[in-house]
Order: sequence, then C-alpha cells, then structure tokens
Amino acid sequence: MTTPGSTPLRRSLYAVHAALLLALVLFSTTASANLTIEITRGSDSALPIGVVPFDGAEGMSEDVAQIVQDDLERSGYFDPLERGAMFARPHRADDVAFGEWRSLDVRYLLVGRGEKTANGYEIGYDLLDVSGGRPVLQERITAGGNQLRGAAHRISDAVFEAITDIPGAFSTRIAYVTSRGVGDNIDYGLYVADADGHNSQEVLTSDEPILSPAWSPDGEKLAYVSFEGERPAIYVQQMASGNRIQLTDFEGINGAPAWSPDGRKLAMSLSKDGQPEIYVMNLADRSLNRLTQNSSIDTEPDWAPDGRSLLFTSDRSGGPQLYRYRLGSGEAERLTFTGKYNARGRFGPDGEQILMVHRSQDGYQIARQELESGRLVVLSETTHDESPSVAPNGTMILFATQQGGQGVLSAVSADGRSSFRLPAARGDVREPAWSPFL
Amino acid sequence: MFPSTPTFLSRRYAPLVRTFAVALSLAVMAGCSSTGGTQTGESYGDGTRGDGTAGGASTAGTGSGGQYGSGTGTSGTGQQADSRIPEVRTIYFDFDRDTIKDEYESVVMAHARYLRANGNANVVLKGHTDERGTREYNLALGERRANAVKRFLRVQDVSSSQISVVSYGEERPATRGSNESAYSENRRVEFSY
Repeated sequence: MTTPGSTPLRRSLYAVHAALLLALVLFSTTASANLTIEITRGSDSALPIGVVPFDGAEGMSEDVAQIVQDDLERSGYFDPLERGAMFARPHRADDVAFGEWRSLDVRYLLVGRGEKTANGYEIGYDLLDVSGGRPVLQERITAGGNQLRGAAHRISDAVFEAITDIPGAFSTRIAYVTSRGVGDNIDYGLYVADADGHNSQEVLTSDEPILSPAWSPDGEKLAYVSFEGERPAIYVQQMASGNRIQLTDFEGINGAPAWSPDGRKLAMSLSKDGQPEIYVMNLADRSLNRLTQNSSIDTEPDWAPDGRSLLFTSDRSGGPQLYRYRLGSGEAERLTFTGKYNARGRFGPDGEQILMVHRSQDGYQIARQELESGRLVVLSETTHDESPSVAPNGTMILFATQQGGQGVLSAVSADGRSSFRLPAARGDVREPAWSPFL
Repeated sequence: MFPSTPTFLSRRYAPLVRTFAVALSLAVMAGCSSTGGTQTGESYGDGTRGDGTAGGASTAGTGSGGQYGSGTGTSGTGQQADSRIPEVRTIYFDFDRDTIKDEYESVVMAHARYLRANGNANVVLKGHTDERGTREYNLALGERRANAVKRFLRVQDVSSSQISVVSYGEERPATRGSNESAYSENRRVEFSY
C-alpha cells in the first residue's frame, strides 16, 4: 500500500529479525484465563521508533498509542522510545520538528489523533521517516465504540508492514488450554484471546482433559480433542455461535486434528485399528482415508501450506521422528535425523521450514529445521517446551513451557533472538494455537 | 537499552523449580517406600484355575484404593479374595517402556483372577505417561501401556468384553513436579472398575 523505508534498512531487518520484548498485562472475563506478558529476552538490534500519545486520547476508552507501542515492542522488531523521553508530542506530520527526533536516534515516528463520531471513533495517523523527514504512511480508520483495541491492532499491522514489508499479525487471536488441580480433580478450560492476551473468551470448560486446539483456515472454527465423554473425541466448534459438532467417536485415540489448507478436510490420528495411524476425514461426508499402515505410532499430522503433503510424528525407526507423507505418491520420507526425539512438527507459513519439539542434551526444546538443508537450530532457552505454533506471518513461534513448576505460554522470534512469556495468574496454560490472519 | 526489561528472568526460576522438586520428591518417597520387590515373577500362573468359587459380582468392599503394598500378598493366594476387587489398582512403568515389570505381574494376576471370577465385572485400563515429550505422542504411549496390560489379561483368559482401554497420556498426572520421582509416579496404568 505505501512505501516502506529504505531498502538497506529492510534488508537488515530481514537478516536480523530483530527482537526484544515487552511487558503487558491482560485481563479477561474469567480469572482462570488471565495471562500476563513478561519480556524474557530483548534484542539490541530492534529499530527505534517513537509512538506519540494520540490527540483526543482523554476522550477514548483505550490508550490506542500505548496498545500500538506494546504491539510493536512485543514483536521484537522495534524498540519504542519511552514517553518520558519525548519533549514534544505532535499529532500530525506538519507539526513534527524532525531534528528533535533525530537527536533522540528515533528512526520512525507515529503520530495520530482520535475523534468521537456518532458511531464510535475516527482515528487518523501518520507514520513518518525521521531521517528522511517525510511521511511513509497516512491513514484514517474508523472503529466502533468498543472496538478501540481492535483498531489499535490494525494500526500496528499497517505500521509493521510499512516498515518491514511483512504483514503484521497483531489482529490475530490465540487459543490455549488451562488446567488446575491434580489427579482426579482437575478443571480444564479452552480459551481464545487476542494475540496480546486481552479479551479472553471461554470456549469450553470440563472436568475431563482438553487438548490439541486447531484453527480452521478461515479462523471461524476450532477443532479440538475433549475427553468429556470419558474418552477422547474430536469436536469442531464455531467461534461466533458457540455451536459445535462431535466429529469422531471411534474406539481408542481420536486425536491431533489438523485442517487442510482449503478447510475441507481434517487430518487426525485414530487408533481404532490397533495403533495410532494418520487418517484424513472429508468433512462434507465424513469419509475416512487412512494414510499410514504399520505397527508403530503415527500421530501429530500437519498439512503443508500447498496442501500436497503432511508432516507427522512416527516412532517406526524406534523413537519419535518427523516424516513427510506425499499425497500424490503415498510415500513417507523421514525428515529429522538430529537427536533421538523430534515430534509435533509444524510447517512454517512458507512451507520451507518446520518447527518441532526436539530433545536436546538440556531437555525438550523448540527447534527449527530448514527442509532444503536439513539443518536443525534450537530456538528456545527453556527445557520443558512443547506445542509450537507459528504466527501466520512467520515472525514468532508460540509454545508451552514451564516457569516455577507452572505451565506457561512463551513466544520466541523466528530467529531465536527475542522472547516473551504469558503466564496465567493461577493454574497451568498450554497447547497454544495461533490463529490465521482474520 | 531497555531499562525496564528484566533480562534473563527465564534463568531465574530454575532454582525455584529445583526446590519445589526436592520438596515434592521427599513427600512422594515418604508415601510409597514400600513398593519395591514385594512380589516376584514366580507368582505368575499360580492358582489360576479353580477360582470359580466366589461368583457373585458384588463390587462391594471396593473403597480403599490404597496404592501399594499390603493387600497384594493376601489377594495373591486367598480364594475368597477373588470376590473383591484387588486393592492394588495401579502399576508403574519405566520411561518410554510398556513392559509390565516383574514386580507388578502379581498385581495384574490378581486382577485377572478377579475378572475371571466375576464375569460381569468390567475394568477400564487407564494408561498414563509422565509430562515429558509431546501430548499427542504421550497419548499414544499411554495407550500402548494400557494395551500391554490388556494383552496380559487376555493371555490369562479374561474376556475382552470385560476390558476397555483409555489413554490419558500426560493429561491426568497423579502428582505434580518435574523430577524423576514425580515422573515415575505418573507413568502408570490404573485398573478402574
């Protein structure tokens, strides 16, 4: 849409995939779903940006500029200037004295103003290239009375893309599972929240386990596994209406649902024939196609973005490793050879890299492997890591880990340089699933 | 550069985890020190037949559900014991294994005798793993353990219609904690009547 900054800058951003992070607090409709973001690792290569408080902020129920600033900082790509360091607070491009901002080493500046309208708000904003002294992006958007947070995330998306050439993923959502208790007395919950942890909504609560939430490609439905019938079954629930269907009720394991990119099929792991095998269910008529045939465990399927192959975990070699099943030939090829435990693979959005749980000398960590070279890189610093889920723009990987014996969500940038954590106020949080672009 | 950033916070909690783990493992050890080697494999097959005595399915006297020890020895031989659900209803496994260890064969045998003697009793074998590794893969490992017990019961002539299998993977830990003591408490199959 609009011109980004200088080309060398963008290149260095790709190369560096900046990083650092920030802290944010969230609240939610239910206490058990509370998440709080804490920075765990910052990057020294993040881009300095000034996000000036917007004009008219007093009349708005949310501090839009602060939400944008937090989004940008959490991405790891930006290092926002603290408000206390700003000696001027301009609201439009014409009012900016660029020299003052250059002296603060700020590369970009975001200024804006909000106005109340009959139906909500109208917000205008200007993204400015400080060194060039010129506008990069000038937009006006509208927001309903209770949609200011959403409007702020849309501004973040536009700013992020204008500067990095990568679409922002701030307007997306995350699903996750909570639990509290031990043994026979555990309460489980499935929740959905904004990508920054705000606006959490209950999807399902149960005294039986819930796991493996998976977003449909259109972001309108969640498939998940629930034991509420005293054994595992796969359900599909519409987010807007809350309506749901029970998709499977086979004997044994009904697990690991994964949507095909066109949303018409669901891959899953079923043990009805003896041991877990990968199946693909056609959602229109619920017909099943079995992909794997052997006496080992085959589970955790994930579709390649082009829909032509699936990644899955199999212990056919003796321990869990990742394999790729090609729908055309029906052949399965082993992909991972580093270490004795590689499981729950997920394709990156470009289909050229996979993320997985890898057991290293230190423990279970999130690793990335380039398919072309086969090179595996450990990304996380913690050692009880599982369930990697990639942001739809590929910049961050959300996963579950532990902090002080408690299950928390954590995120690491795709290059491993920055990270943040989202612990719950009480209980354990796990099984994160990052939505597609909404 | 980021004065407010608590860098390396992630490393700071490691000692906390350890403290918690030690405390927990002490508690766990205190609770189950009587486990080891009470029974050995020789009880395999003894008194398998002639159990018809008790018949009546009375699930009575169920209650207790004590974890280990005492009950095993008696139910291993006593005839009238077959009218009662064996008190030991959990067996434990080694890491990444589904082999029924020698010390638990007598436990499984006792359940086999009970199920044979009580044709309308049904058992659900609930397979569990420790928390390490991925959840869906652990679901599969838990099922493997429960199926190993099912096979053992079938070899002992228990009707397959009396046995069902559910794996909970790592979703229902018996105890919390990220240490070997907690792990070994969680790698289990429960006999649920």
